Amino acid sequence: MAERVDNGTRSEPASQADTREATAARLRYLMETEGNAIYPMASGSNVRRAQTYAETDDIEQLRAEARAIKEDAIDRLPELLETVREAVEKNGGTVYVADDAADANAYVAAVVEEAAGGSNERATAASHPSGDDPTVVKSKSMTTEEIDLNDTLEARGADVYETDLGEWVIQLADDSPSHIVGPAMHLSREEIAALLEAEFDLAEPLETAAELTRFARDYLGEKIREADVGITGANFVVAETGTITLVTNEGNARKCAVTPDTHVAVAGVEKLIPRLRDLEPFVDIIAKSATGQSISQYVTMLSPPTDSPTLDFADDTPLAGETDAADPTADTGDATDETDPSGDREFHLVLLDNGRMDMRADDQLRETLYCIRCGACSNSCANFQSVGGHGFGGETYSGGIATGWEAGLADHDAAEFNDLCTGCTRCVDACPVQIDIPWINTVVRDRLNRGEEPAHLDSLVEGLTPDEEPSGLDPGKRFFGNIGTAARLASATAPVSNWIADAEPIRALLERTLGIDRRRNLPTFRRETLVDWFESRGGTEASRYRAERARKRFDEVPDSLEREAVLYADVYTNHVDVDRGKAAVRTLEALGVPVQVPNLPESGRAPLSQGMIATADRQASRLYAAVAEDLDAGRDLVVIEPSDLAAFQREYERLLPERSFETLSENSYDLCAYVFGLLEHGADPSVLRNGSGEEPITYHSHCQQRTLGLEAQTVALLERCGYAPRTTEAECCGMAGSFGYKREYYEVSVDVGQRLTSEIDADDPVVATGTSCGDQLESLLERPVPHPLEVLAPR
Amino acid sequence: MTTDTVGRFERALEDLQVSVAHVQATDATDAIESALEGPAVGVELPFEGVSLPDRVETAPTAGDLVDATTGVTPARFAIAEYGTVAIESAPEGDEPVALYPQRHVAVVAESDVVPDLGAGFDRLEAAFTAGDDSIVFATGRSSTADMGGLVEGVHGPGEVHVIVLEDR
Ligand code: SF4
Repeated sequence: MAERVDNGTRSEPASQADTREATAARLRYLMETEGNAIYPMASGSNVRRAQTYAETDDIEQLRAEARAIKEDAIDRLPELLETVREAVEKNGGTVYVADDAADANAYVAAVVEEAAGGSNERATAASHPSGDDPTVVKSKSMTTEEIDLNDTLEARGADVYETDLGEWVIQLADDSPSHIVGPAMHLSREEIAALLEAEFDLAEPLETAAELTRFARDYLGEKIREADVGITGANFVVAETGTITLVTNEGNARKCAVTPDTHVAVAGVEKLIPRLRDLEPFVDIIAKSATGQSISQYVTMLSPPTDSPTLDFADDTPLAGETDAADPTADTGDATDETDPSGDREFHLVLLDNGRMDMRADDQLRETLYCIRCGACSNSCANFQSVGGHGFGGETYSGGIATGWEAGLADHDAAEFNDLCTGCTRCVDACPVQIDIPWINTVVRDRLNRGEEPAHLDSLVEGLTPDEEPSGLDPGKRFFGNIGTAARLASATAPVSNWIADAEPIRALLERTLGIDRRRNLPTFRRETLVDWFESRGGTEASRYRAERARKRFDEVPDSLEREAVLYADVYTNHVDVDRGKAAVRTLEALGVPVQVPNLPESGRAPLSQGMIATADRQASRLYAAVAEDLDAGRDLVVIEPSDLAAFQREYERLLPERSFETLSENSYDLCAYVFGLLEHGADPSVLRNGSGEEPITYHSHCQQRTLGLEAQTVALLERCGYAPRTTEAECCGMAGSFGYKREYYEVSVDVGQRLTSEIDADDPVVATGTSCGDQLESLLERPVPHPLEVLAPR
Repeated sequence: MTTDTVGRFERALEDLQVSVAHVQATDATDAIESALEGPAVGVELPFEGVSLPDRVETAPTAGDLVDATTGVTPARFAIAEYGTVAIESAPEGDEPVALYPQRHVAVVAESDVVPDLGAGFDRLEAAFTAGDDSIVFATGRSSTADMGGLVEGVHGPGEVHVIVLEDR
């Protein structure tokens, strides 16, 4: 990875380009080396997750319940810490709350040394292969990755074995996990086979997955039997009963927890939930979201030290032999009871803060603590599917939510990978606890922007960029965040601006200064904007007249069709893709709805995607002020660009006063959904250009439109108009606004885009509702990709 | 209702490729006998009139666990919806017996098969209130996809057989 500037010294202009180039090179390398293994696994889990969600009747209720429990638990965290301490101590275990990584590591190391060298006879038993070296077996735990526990234990002489097969492979390869759930997802079977071949003295080479698994099981089985200490994580900790919950498919967590005499569970403090009953929605949803299974193979609810007999493989007395096992009614609640088998057992629950309490106090990052580490957000992310967690991840956590984790944890750094979140929102539907992951990314991006020193390149974009952001902001970000200003200038000077922008020296300059990749087609700005066109044909008055005339042709006009629309001319529709705006106006008028196309302020979508929240906030207020009167008058705000609609209906909740947000979000509509609604309410579809009934057409919906649940309505509209639409499955077109223009992400964007185009039949006409999706598809397919209404609108 | 629930349980097990036998208590020992493979260890069953076949070692050493091919345990209850059996971590060794051998035979009373996860949690809460403190919900066979393909039987059993005891 390119060096980051994090000590206050500022990079030179040239090194910014170098940094972009280095990031591009690293991502290209990851796509080539790991992408082929990551994509089928991550997207496969994502497809299964979506299916399982669709088949689960009460999935939304389950998600809401899970979220409510987490909200409540994090709210009451200090109290739950007290409760769990009492419960675990009553069971005979110990609770340690560790401030940070060093604190946690020191505590666990001391427990391990005590267990191996202290009163525990097994440490010196003849069967012990490594003499006095303590041995530790671990089941998968991201929290111990976070604090680098293995390094500490090994530095102090312990032998540490990961027992989750994926985690073990990573340990052998001296690699880092590339996915929260599947740490070795980036390695192919052949690579794993080669690794084992190199590490072990094998009699026969191992080839099949079954052979590899068998070898690992036998090898690790022995390690588990010999270990002094078992270390696990905890998916959930029930405060009331001191019950830790371990969720696995392999069964290794069960073995690590109950085989050695000493069990240490390490978990972030956010894993606490109040009552046993609160586990239910999580047990129900965690496997569904992670892998699409209905439930994981093993959900262990363990209130250690457990009553299960200890297993000493050097001893040939029966397991339950010396204890009073014959009397199952014996009181086993007291660990000091001599007849109690759990008296041999020791249990330590280490609860880690490491920045979490500060996250709890942070209104924007708090949500991160609701995360149950299922990895669904990674799987649903098109960019993650291409580059995996080594590209889209920090020191420990990866994928969309990694930004929140890495930004919140002590000494972690979210800067290097945060931009891989394009804000497409596909993860929003996937997350079982309904975390607004893109918003967290926006917030962190905003904070990173503000943390930087003034840039040398400011003068280049100054004047062009009247925003509220700190002067240190990356000029590329500032440019894309103020794209409206640039568009106005470009339209005013079109077509000259288009010729200039296409000239090679200018492309080189744009690439060097703003990071706009030379290979990407730039939008062609139009001299006549949509607003100008609308005025030139008579404006609102004329539109009213046309709509009236259209109505007269209808047999009967139901009251519900007495509507007036304000069409939102977003920057792109207004300046570049004017035709889709014209198609929208003509369609609405033909269906009897008069239209206005005022010159409205920008939505703030562009600055939001660059993490420029202050600018977006100001623009949201302006936009609201500009449309308030129309909304009060009962007009509908019809929005062409799905990402703008998403701004009005999602992000504005964070930017506007509650009542303004509600008014705007209730009265703004997706264009295709609106048109479909008109037809449903009796408008006459015959005025549109209808297909023959079976005309094939491929429709690529927009990410945010899908998240808002609006894809189906465009499909229904196309069907209603005589087409046989086929929808694309790929999560995203790979463009997401400015993302695909940026030098460092251009190749990722093309990789993601090619997965989409590989779904599309060469002969099918293709339509797309998002401008960036359309651009991406046009450049990859090399044919026109209009908006659906450009196909349907009367000429 | 119960028949339905048990039917649903059996279908869920089928989907998980877990075999199932539905027998009367008087035939239980035979049914268990025919489900055994290789050396077997087990935990005495708490069902009246039901005993384990003689060749099942009910006081296993840790070494016996590793050598055994089959482990037989009772299930405290089962959840029809997902095909789950609930195994307690009892002093008698249910947990390691269910976990270590390659084949797990779980015996559950028909009346202990509850319809869904919610009802399972009712039972779980009741058990914890009554003094139990550790239970595993085991569903299907241990598996992994970490080594480049789906493989059954990793750290836990690769074969599971469930015997449902008909109520009299
Ligand atoms: S943020 Fe949500 S989807 Fe992502 S890992 Fe956490 S719980 Fe799962």
